[in-house]
Amino acid sequence: MNEIAQALPATRNPTWLWAHRQWALSALIFVLFIGLWEGGVRLFDVPSLVLPPPSAVLKSLAASLSSGQLTRHIWATGLEVIGGFALGGGFGFLLGCLIGRFPILEQTIYPYVVAFQTVPKVALAPLIVIWFGFGLSSKIVTAATICFFPVIANTLVGLRVTPADQVEMMAAFTASRSQIFWKARLPHALPYIFAGLDIGVVLSVIGAIVGEFVGAQAGLGYMILQRQFTMDIAGVFAILVILSIFGMALHALMRWLQRKVVFWIHEDDDRIVGA
Amino acid sequence: MLIEIAGLTKSYATREGLNVEALAPLSFTVREGEFLTIVGPSGCGKSTLLKIIAGTLRRSAGSVRLQGRAIDGPSRDIGMVFQSPVLLPWRTIEENVLLPIEIQRQDVRNHRARAADLFRLVGIEGFERKYPKELSGGMQQRVGIIRALIHDPAVLLLDEPFGALDAMTREHMNLELLRIWKDAGKTIILVTHSIPEAIFLADRVIVMSARPGRIAEVIEVDLTRPRRLDMINSDPFGDYVRRVRGHFGSHGGLDA
Repeated sequence: MNEIAQALPATRNPTWLWAHRQWALSALIFVLFIGLWEGGVRLFDVPSLVLPPPSAVLKSLAASLSSGQLTRHIWATGLEVIGGFALGGGFGFLLGCLIGRFPILEQTIYPYVVAFQTVPKVALAPLIVIWFGFGLSSKIVTAATICFFPVIANTLVGLRVTPADQVEMMAAFTASRSQIFWKARLPHALPYIFAGLDIGVVLSVIGAIVGEFVGAQAGLGYMILQRQFTMDIAGVFAILVILSIFGMALHALMRWLQRKVVFWIHEDDDRIVGA
Repeated sequence: MLIEIAGLTKSYATREGLNVEALAPLSFTVREGEFLTIVGPSGCGKSTLLKIIAGTLRRSAGSVRLQGRAIDGPSRDIGMVFQSPVLLPWRTIEENVLLPIEIQRQDVRNHRARAADLFRLVGIEGFERKYPKELSGGMQQRVGIIRALIHDPAVLLLDEPFGALDAMTREHMNLELLRIWKDAGKTIILVTHSIPEAIFLADRVIVMSARPGRIAEVIEVDLTRPRRLDMINSDPFGDYVRRVRGHFGSHGGLDA
């Protein structure tokens, strides 16, 4: 490998920038987008009630954060998202394991789970607020109902695709069904389960915000409505920025956790896929 | 007799409802400490036969007895080696080897010393903490072999264990397997589609032919032990190869 690399003409200089080109390109796209937005708004004199320039959004964001005005709401939404994800994801995982472990449940319970999934969860939010009140719990339940399904569906798929030779090997060594489940099927399903959790954690942000839209006394969704009433559009954008940072952080956390848990699967960085 | 197989058959029902006979009635016995190989073309049912002995596949009729007891399911007296090593990628090599001990709910700690002996036996000591994908194919198959030995079974069943390895590694693994057989004192049944491999390893070769799978001939291999690779070029060895190949005609269907 080394000899080949040295034999090639040194046209591609492996500089730091080249090594990190995807980051550089990504940053460039961001700067271009923000620049066009700012420039466009100024050039065409777009009223800030319709579309505020990024600079105004940034100013509003800094003001909201430094005044501590948003702290309470960030905490509220954060608790709703994490609570909803823990509840919905945990329940989806456990029920998925039960259904995967006992095939009879797949015919008896899972059809109802699928039927429940066909109801738009967003449409349930008003009912959930009636049942659970205007506090944290109704948002947690809304978030949980939305993030539940991808987790249970992925858990089931993961448990279903255990390689036949692994099951046969376990059986040949006198393993019981439950041993095959714990020692082969469940570990093999983990990458799928994490894919479901990754989708679920982002969906639970949506669930929490929808819950707050329907009726709340705190939270970032509640603040979006407040600022909309006062036509503080830059302020609404500032909250959107916080929400997207929030979602990306949760997504990154799940990816990190996945790499720690599912350590035996990682991309092969040394492979050459094309010239 | 360690293993007695009498009137064993296996048939499958096809989607059209036809009954396809995979194994015609088979009867043979295996002596304690014997190295028996089963050779035949693809589709002759040799792997099916091995799976029935391993207890992972139901037979249609007949009986399989191990040490006088009927085999109706997987048994602790059997250690199975598969064509692909089937190691669990999330377990270290040592954890993979100790899997049968865990499954049988024996004390894993008490078997670490035995595992260490087996690692030495197949020459992969020092790799206990590695994960399967860090090992070459030949090394993975050695792990598969000592996993089948860890619970000290009476019989070792190998289903084309070296089929996926290159020719040179394969010869080396054959010698290794003979050494393990001698040291561990197990009875071995090995299924292969390679005629020279079947002869080189065996005390007795069962030659199977296809559709339905049946025993064409049982050949006692009278070559001196320990076997050496240069025996493959000897006249007696060539005679055995011709004798086995005689059952399959000139169209072959088997490794030369």
